[in-house]
Formats: sequence, C-alpha cells, structure tokens
Amino acid sequence: MSPKTIAPVLALALLLLWARLACALPAELVLAVAAGQSDEQVAAVGKLVASGDAGVEVFFQALLDGNVQVAGGKRVLVVKDEQGVDAATNEKVAPLPDGLEDAVVNNRLRGALEAAMGALKLTSPDRAARLAAVKALEDGAGEEMLPLIGKALAAEADPQIKRLLSLVQAGVQLKSADPAVRMAAVKALASSDNSNTKTLLLGVLEKKGDSFAEPDAAIRAEAQDSLKAVQSRLSVGERISQVFTGISLGSILMLAALGLAITYGLMGVINMAHGELIMVGAYSAYVVQNLFRARLPGLFDWYLAAAVPTAFFASALVGMALERSVIRFLYGRPLETLLATWGISLILMQSVRSIFGAQNVQVENPVWMSGGVEVLTNVVLPWNRLIIVGFALAVLLLMWFLLARTRLGLFVRAVTQNRGMASCVGVPTARVDTLAFGLGSGIAGLAGCALSQIGNVGPDLGQTYIVDSFMVVVLGGVGQLAGTVYAALGLGMANKFLEAWSGAVLAKIAILAFIIIFIQKRPQGMFAVKGRMADS
Amino acid sequence: MNAALASDSDSYGGGAAAGGRVLTPGLDVSHKTILYLQDISVSFDGFKALNNLSLDIDNGELRCIIGPNGAGKTTMMDVITGKTRPDSGSVFFGQTIDLTKFTEAEIAHAGIGRKFQKPTVFEQHSVFENLELAMKTDKRVRFSLTARLDSAQRDRIAETLALIQLAGEADRPAGLLSHGQKQWLEIGMLLMQEPRLLLLDEPVAGMTDEETERTGELCTTLAGKHSVIVVEHDMDFVAGIARKVTVLHEGSVLAEGSMAQVQNDPRVIEVYLGR
Amino acid sequence: MGPFATGITRLYGRKGWIALAVCAAILFVLFPLANLVAPKGSPLYISDYTVALIGKIMCYAIVAVAMDLIWGYTGILSLGHGLFFALGGYMMGMHLMRMIGRQGQYQSDLPDFMVFLNWKAYPWYWSFTEHFWYSALLVVLVPGALAFVFGFFAFRSRIKGVYFSIITQALTFAFMLLFFRNDTGFGGNNGFTDFKRILGYPIATSETRMALFTLTAAMLIVTLLFARYIVTSKLGRVLTAIRDAESRVMFSGYNPVHYKLFIWTVSAVICGIAGALYVPQVGIINPSEMSPANSIEIAIWVALGGRGSLVGAIIGAGLVNGAKSVLTVAFPEYWLFFLGLIFILVTLFLPRGVIGLLKFPRRRRA
Repeated sequence: MSPKTIAPVLALALLLLWARLACALPAELVLAVAAGQSDEQVAAVGKLVASGDAGVEVFFQALLDGNVQVAGGKRVLVVKDEQGVDAATNEKVAPLPDGLEDAVVNNRLRGALEAAMGALKLTSPDRAARLAAVKALEDGAGEEMLPLIGKALAAEADPQIKRLLSLVQAGVQLKSADPAVRMAAVKALASSDNSNTKTLLLGVLEKKGDSFAEPDAAIRAEAQDSLKAVQSRLSVGERISQVFTGISLGSILMLAALGLAITYGLMGVINMAHGELIMVGAYSAYVVQNLFRARLPGLFDWYLAAAVPTAFFASALVGMALERSVIRFLYGRPLETLLATWGISLILMQSVRSIFGAQNVQVENPVWMSGGVEVLTNVVLPWNRLIIVGFALAVLLLMWFLLARTRLGLFVRAVTQNRGMASCVGVPTARVDTLAFGLGSGIAGLAGCALSQIGNVGPDLGQTYIVDSFMVVVLGGVGQLAGTVYAALGLGMANKFLEAWSGAVLAKIAILAFIIIFIQKRPQGMFAVKGRMADS
Repeated sequence: MNAALASDSDSYGGGAAAGGRVLTPGLDVSHKTILYLQDISVSFDGFKALNNLSLDIDNGELRCIIGPNGAGKTTMMDVITGKTRPDSGSVFFGQTIDLTKFTEAEIAHAGIGRKFQKPTVFEQHSVFENLELAMKTDKRVRFSLTARLDSAQRDRIAETLALIQLAGEADRPAGLLSHGQKQWLEIGMLLMQEPRLLLLDEPVAGMTDEETERTGELCTTLAGKHSVIVVEHDMDFVAGIARKVTVLHEGSVLAEGSMAQVQNDPRVIEVYLGR
Repeated sequence: MGPFATGITRLYGRKGWIALAVCAAILFVLFPLANLVAPKGSPLYISDYTVALIGKIMCYAIVAVAMDLIWGYTGILSLGHGLFFALGGYMMGMHLMRMIGRQGQYQSDLPDFMVFLNWKAYPWYWSFTEHFWYSALLVVLVPGALAFVFGFFAFRSRIKGVYFSIITQALTFAFMLLFFRNDTGFGGNNGFTDFKRILGYPIATSETRMALFTLTAAMLIVTLLFARYIVTSKLGRVLTAIRDAESRVMFSGYNPVHYKLFIWTVSAVICGIAGALYVPQVGIINPSEMSPANSIEIAIWVALGGRGSLVGAIIGAGLVNGAKSVLTVAFPEYWLFFLGLIFILVTLFLPRGVIGLLKFPRRRRA
C-alpha cells in the first residue's frame, strides 16, 4: 500500500476510535462542512460519513433543509423554530448568539450531501432501505465513500446487496492508484449488468491525446473483455425492453383501433371523431379521479374501478348521440361522413378546451399501478403498462364474445352484410346501428381510460392516435377483428424497433411508407375478402 | 408485348377522320373463332366460381349462355374483360391476343364491349355525352383534352340515338332515364365502341315486353357484324333469339346445342328442376 | 379567330365573361388605386392589412379550385392538398431566405436557422435556390413530382374512396413530421420567415405587396379559366364519368389511371403555385401548414361553395376564410365550434353548396 492510500485509512481508524469515545461529531469536520471551502467541504462530508455516527444523518438533513447557521465562524448550530442546538456536541444553545450566518449549501455540496445521505442507509437494518441505498450509489459513488462501502460490505449478509455493493466498490476502485486494485476492479465489473458500468469501462479504455486513460495494457485488455461481457448482458436486456415497449404500444394501438374495427371495419362509418371519443374517455377518468379525491379519499386507489365503466358509458353515449343526430343521415356516403365527423371532432375538442382548459390535466396512477417488475437490472417493466396489456386483451376477448356469441353481435353482422335483408327478417336495423356505434365508441372510451394511465391527457389526445389507428384498420383489412389485432401488434413492434434504429420521426415515416407500399400489394388489407363483393 | 396490340398502338393518332384508332387490325379470326376459353378456373376463398371452363365463340355468332344462380356466368364475363384474373387456363381473343395479359381498358380497346347486369351509364352526363364518351376514338389523356366532335362523329351519334330510340332524350341527363332506357343507352354505348365481341349481361332485365322484343331484334341484327354473347335468365327471350345455347353449371359447361337440344337434355332438366 | 381563341371564348357565356371582367377590374384597378393612391383615412382607402388578407384568401381560392378539380369533378377526396401547397411555399420560402443575405441576426451567408443548428453549408437539395427562376421551377416540379409518384402507385393499385383519403392524410402527416425535424434542413419548427426582399424589392412595402396581390389575382383568374377549360373539355367529361361510374369508363376503353394521374398532378401543381404566392404575402411558412387539419379544411371550402362548380369553390374559400379572419379575432373561443358546425351542416343540408342554393330557384322558374 502506498502512503497515499494508507493515510485516509489511518485517519479513518483514528476517527472511528475518536467518535466512539466522544459520542459526538468531530467539531472541526462539522465546521469544515458548514463553513469551509468547496473541496474541504466535500472531503469533510466523506469523513463524516465514514464516522458512521447516527448524528451525521440529522446534521446533513439540517444542512439540506437550510437550518444550519454558523456563529462567528466557529460554532455550528442547527437552528429550528428559534431553538438552537450545537451540531457537534448536540447541546442546547439558548439564547441564540448574535451574528449568526446561514451555512451556504452550493450545488456541489448538495450533491455530495445527497449521495452521503444515501450511503448512510447502507448500514440500515431494513433490507429494502439498504437495497435502495446501493442503487442510488450505482449512479456514481465518490472515492470518499470507499471506506463506508468497505465497512458495509463486510457487514452485509444479503447476497444480492453484497453483489451490487461489490460492483459499486469496484467502480470506485477503478480510479485507484494501485494497478492491482484496478485490475481486480476491472475483473469484478465483468459480472455487472448495469449500463453505468459500460460507461466506466469505456472510460478506462478512452484515449486522451497520445496516452490512454489507463496506462497498464494488461488492465486495458481485461477491461475490454469485461466490457464485452457487460455489453452482451445489456443487449439482452435492451432487446427484452424493446419487445415489451413494442407490445405495450401495440396493445394501446389495438385498444384505440378496436373501436374503429367496429365502427369503420364492420359498419363502414369512417369516424374522424374516434380520437375525440378516446379523449372523452380519458377526461372521464380524470373527472372520476377528482371526484374520488374530493369525496372518497380513502378509496382513491380504487377509483379506476369506477373510471372504467364511466369512460365506457360516457364515450358510448356521446357516440350514440352522434349516430342518431348526424351519422345516421350519411350512411353510404363515406366521404361526407368523413367531413361531418371531422367537424364533430373539432367541436368536441373545443368543448373540452372550454370546460377543462387547453392545458394537459394530470391523471394519477393508483399506488398499485406505479412501480414495476424488475426482470433484469436494466429492465423494469412498469406495472401500468403491464396492466394495460392485460386490459387490452380483456377488451379484445369481451368484444369477440359480444360479436361472435351474442344476439347483438349476430344482428350487427347481419346488418353489415345485408341491411335490407336484415330489416326484412325483423332486425331493428336502426337500433342495431345505434347500439353498434355506441359499442365502438365505448371501446374508444376504454382506450382513453387506459391512455390516461400512461400519458398526458389533453384536448389534442385524440389527434395523436387517429392517424395511427386508421393505419391499423387499413392494414388489418376492413371487417376483420383478427386483422386489427395483428396489425396493431405488428405496427407497435415495428414502430419501436425502427425507433431504436433510426429515431422516432423517421420510424413513423418509414412505417407510413411501408403501409403505402403494402396497400399497393394488398389493397384490401392483410386479411382480404376476395370475390365479387370485394370491389363493390 | 403482344404483337397484335403493339401494331394496334402504332396506329395511334392515325386515321384522323375516324378520330384515332383503327378497328383492331391485329385481330386474327382466320380460324373463324373469335374467343377461346380453355380450362379456366377461378376460386374465391376456396369457393370454385369457375371450374375448368372451356368455351369457343365463333366470329359473328350469337351465343346465349344460361345457368342457375352461382353457375359462374358473371365471373366468366369478368375473366374475359380482365376484371378477374383466372387462377389457371387461357383466354384468347382471336388467334393471337392473350387477354389475361391486359387491363380492362386495353381489352375494351381491343374490341370487347361489355354491358353490366345492373345498367351502368354516366348518370350526370346527357345521353348524347354518354355516347360521345363511348365512341371509338383515341382515348388517351392528351387527345381528350383537345378533342372536338367532327360532323361524321355527330352523325354516328345521331344514328345510334335513333337506333336505341333515344333521339328525343339526347340532352337529358342519363340518370333521369327509365330502367329500360338505361339498358338501351348502355347497349348504344357498346355499339359506339364498335366492338368485335359484345358481352350482354341480362340485357332485358326490367324491360317491358315490347322493349324486350325490340332488344331481341337488335341482338339478332348485331350478330354477323359482331359476335354477341348474351347471358340471360329470361327463357322466352333466349328461346326467341338463340341459335346456340350453352348451359353453365357449377363453373363449367353442362350442355351445349340448340335451344331444343338443351331443353331436352336430362342433366339440364335436373339442374333446373331437380332441386 | 384561331381555334385556341374560340376555345377560350366558349368557356363562359356572355354574362360569365362580363362578371369576370368586373371582378378583374375591381382587383386590378380599384384595389391598387384605393390602396396606393387614395389618401389614408379617406373612405375609399383600403388598408395594407385588407390587401394582404384578400391576397391570402385568393391564394386559398386557387387551392380550392385545384381541390374542386380532383374532388368535385373527379370524385377523389384528397386530404393531403395542404402538403402540395406547403411544398410550393417552402420552395419559394427557401429562395426568399437566401435573399436575406447577410441581414439575418447572425449576419452569416447561411439563414439564421442553419447557423443556429450548426450547419456549415447548404444541403445539396437547396443548391441553386438563390436563382429565382430555378426556385420558381421547383415550385412547380416538387409538388408535381411528388404527386405524380404517389398518385402513380396509389391509382395503379386502385386505391380509392376513403382509403385514398386516409392515405393522403397519412402522407401529409409524415411530411409534417419530417419538416418539423431540425436536422432535415427545412427550418424545423419555425420554418422560414423574416424575409427581406423579393427579386431585389423590399418585401414589406405597399408597392411590393400590391404587386404580389395583382399577381395572385391574375393567377387566380388564369387558374379559373384553365380549370374551366379542362372541365368543359372531353377530358373533363371523362373525369366526371370516372367519378360516377369508373368501371364503365374502364370498359369503354379509357385508362382511368392516366386520367386520375393527370388531374391529380395538375391539381398538386396549382396548389404549389398558390403556396409560392402565399409565402411572400404572409411572410412565413412552417410545417403546421402540412397538418392534416389544414388539408381537410380545404375540402370544406369546396363543399361549402359547391362541389363541381369552380366559382363555387372560390366562393367557399372566401366565405370560410373571411369568417375565420373575423371570428378568430372577435370570438377566438368559438371559431372551432363554428368551423365544426360548417362541416356538419354543409354535409347534412347543403350537398350542392352555396352555389346549389343560388342555382336551384332559377332552375325552378325555367
């Protein structure tokens, strides 16, 4: 060991001893943190952390809260509600001395304090708190933390935390002056699956001018190997999260498009206000959320149970009103329907703007939907997205059941195939139209409710999805539930994969280009209905 | 490209008096047959609309085709006019023109005219304009932009108007005509195209008895100069005009011969009456 | 008279020509006099604001005529015409950007947005745009070529009706995203603006504005006559026939693809020219011109005025945009309600548009 490394260790040992004896914080360190120069401050924070005293946390918190004052450049006081306590000795100070000055906490110190606060939790008896502390350190631990990490590592019994902690230690040790320590650190990092490790190792391999950041060629070679190992582990994770976001986007597109599959796909009504029906669903969720917050705060976590049906019925009612008042008179005139429903969409958007304001509104996730499942360290599947995938599947199943197994479904299919004949055999076609349109609109409302859980809710919400969802229906083919599902998933996945490869906008353009070319080959969609009827 | 059509396209712009293309010079009917259908099969989602259908039409012949619903009559017309591509089999117009290789417009230009089951005319245009649009001439974009009718063409339209008895309605929008008049107008439009082969899908549907009779006369006068294929459900009409009748059933030819022969064929009787 | 002259005179009847001459007199004589000669404050004076507004609306009217050709006469509803308009505008806009010279904020040879985004040189596709006539050529060629290529594929594979509409909407949407990007060299979010001069003349003076105004008026009249020439020709009758019974057109020996492609491209080129006239008068072009909402609004101008009537299309563009300029100032909250209602009421109750209302009683008397 070089004298350079020994010095802090010795100092640490002495400090520890002293701390045990004094049962208080070393006054000179406290003063250094509160009133020293920037470098001194950070170093002193590290030393205080290493002391492991319980009072350190309280002192740091007081600093962060801006409650620390310095008296005459000597004594450090924690002042709260006009009550003063000496930060070092923990004695009450009354009355407060004159000439108190606020301790200045600049951004550098703040960062160091926050990291230190995290590090202090490394020795917490609560496993979850320790795990969180390690994770916080993964984003960057300073050299001053090394002694504390070593101590925590020695005391740690949990294998997972121990592994993570040793990786953090290795990350810090990369900067060590001792080549042997660096070598060991580089080797240890090979088993990491954190993306920060990649940056660290790349830093080792970096070339600065003519010389490498790491002078030792053997260590560089080892770092190269470790980097490869880490990268391959990371890329698996990346792929998994890509597939998942693809499925997630696909399920959202599917929800948005399922309603269209009924109104456009089955009924042939081109409804440009479909996106606005989605928006109505999202705002319904917002209103229900607010009602729960105001009236039933105890049940707030369960507001979605009321929001889902509310969204469905709100959008369904709006949809049925539209069908009765406007769309009914335009059957068989798709282009006119397109224009009229566009007008409706403008009115709906402006109504929402007038009622709720032009700004986006906040819809909060219930507690059980926040957080996520950790599959790998760099892959966390958020609960809200997982639940929406499940929700989309449930809606799909329900819709299939309604269309294939119920009387309403039978009627809808009859009316769409031959209106005249259906009416002759006693199907109330007008009512079936209204109900079917209501069903499609209601499903749009469900999509809106789901969207409110993962993104912004604003008056323009519908516009974002209308082009995408029409693409899904066009690609999937008219009148085809299965086509809608495959097209939505396919578009979602393609979008996400292309996004990773070429950026979001180009991905979107590439997909539109693909659809235009695809339509060349299969003008009737993926699941074309061939035959004499196909043209008419 | 097919030699016959290539030579045809060479004549673009020639024959100014006729206003454009010359009547399909490449059509080779040296073997007296104008249309060959061989082993045509077409299926839609597993349903065989045509099943190894083979049929020859002689030059100048009037052929009636009958058959129950779903026998494949309309699909056969779709195949001939290029609307539907056969899954297998060949369609030849004359000896040389393979119709499966051309678009609807090219086939129409080659000399095959088709009347739809449901009368299809340009409803917003006047009767006169309907005939003008159908008239055989150069039908490419740049010629249409500057095209003007000359007196010979006006005479032709007037002749046809007289033939289809719509001279008094020349300036009315076609959409205001009666159903029977629309059928006639459509036939008139076919004649303006000067086709070698006419396909008439149910030409007398919705016509009064008198109109039906006159349509029958028209069909028989057309035969000889043109070849005519008539698909019809009205047995009296068929019996009145037919020399040779083909019976289609489930996508292939069930029987062929004179009306009397066909009517006495036990298989035909079974198909029409057995079920 | 030569055949061409007779071809022109037959376009309108006596009354039609007189009406057109009156309109031309107002636009070419009255407006310049009232704007440039009449003293400010006199009742005859027409403000620069009004001139700019009418000039803008005339650009829209040209677009409406183009839209009417493709939708009203041929039955193809394009929801992407705003794209062609914007492309024409962008081509002219780039030329005007280069005419700013070193008078931009950064006093560089490059436009401000390129300096701002660290561009070192013009990308290849903006080469030669400093020459006015080359830019003017691009105004015609770029929208025309895009329309031709897109139309070729779309019409060949028989995409029609609502499918075609949706795909054109997707097309303009895709281009909007592309133009919004900073790294594509189209000025990103802010587009092109802060123009200083056109053909050497300062762009903001009353005289230049009046020149642009009369140029636009001339273009509107030429477009109207050209469109009238097309729709009264046999080609026009074929187009209407395609709208009403495409299969019959096909079985009559016409290739509908060629006809649609022709009118589609012509329509796009007209839009491009209108866009090029629009940009110097309004002083800005940005990607929001390509938003699907803009394109669909064009359709309602035509629907309100009367599909299948060229004059109707012009009236519709004037009515909607006139109302827009009044209402967005007086009641900005209610403009979208109003526009939405126009969409609904026109499709439900005015299938033949305003022009249908005007013509109907006359027919009854006859």
